[in-house]
Amino acid sequence: MNLQEMASLLDAKCISNDCDLSNIVINHAYACDLMSDVLAFCTPGTLLLTGLTNVQIVRTAQMLDIPAVVFVRGKVPLDETIQLAKDNNLPVLLTNHTLFEACGILYEKGMKPISRDREI
Amino acid sequence: MAAPVCLEYRIEGNDFMVAGAASNNIKNTLKMLGISSSVCTRVAIIAYEAEINLVIHGGGGVLKAEITEDRVKLTAEDEGPGIADIEKAMTEGFSTATEYAREMGFGAGMGLPNIKKNSDEFNIESEVGKGTRLYSTVFFNKQ
Repeated sequence: MNLQEMASLLDAKCISNDCDLSNIVINHAYACDLMSDVLAFCTPGTLLLTGLTNVQIVRTAQMLDIPAVVFVRGKVPLDETIQLAKDNNLPVLLTNHTLFEACGILYEKGMKPISRDREI
Repeated sequence: MAAPVCLEYRIEGNDFMVAGAASNNIKNTLKMLGISSSVCTRVAIIAYEAEINLVIHGGGGVLKAEITEDRVKLTAEDEGPGIADIEKAMTEGFSTATEYAREMGFGAGMGLPNIKKNSDEFNIESEVGKGTRLYSTVFFNKQ
């Protein structure tokens, strides 16, 4: 699923340097408000959905090569978060859906969970 | 690679705005050196968790990365309160993080176990009232 389709499914506003969101294709997603758990369980290349909006979400995304982040529940990220995301070419989607709804919508359209037997 | 590449960063305590920048630099340096992305990710996770620990628990400290031909050695050192029971601190789910740290998305008690899991060699030394030293090595070609 590409980011353009995702934005449309989630009625999301996209903040991104890249004009063509359809270039970014993501097939796996992970939803969590605990960055420690994201670092422990999430695999690189996975979409992150979260209700936390501080700069550490972007830092976590950097560490794991997360290609895009969806902020749920209508949360507006801090200016510093948006700036850091732009500086790092990390597209960000803002949706009013709850975490559960956003996950449900994407899951229904074929988005897959991460594989849980991740071995380092 | 002829000479080792040494990176050293002073990490400020309780500064969540800048936290992670040092780890990102370490990760980008490894990428530039052509290290495989799976190793880069493991090192990034170790460095970032250690850096966050310095921010949350250590009252700041120093994060170092020494990159040689076949490995990267990470050291995180602080002069904070120290860890009374290291075995307990290594248990998944155990955390003494502040409410503020939890609001930032940390303090789930996953940090140290996750550092160990991603390391090829791991050691931690701590003394209450003196501080903590964490060592982690990742080899580039180890399967």
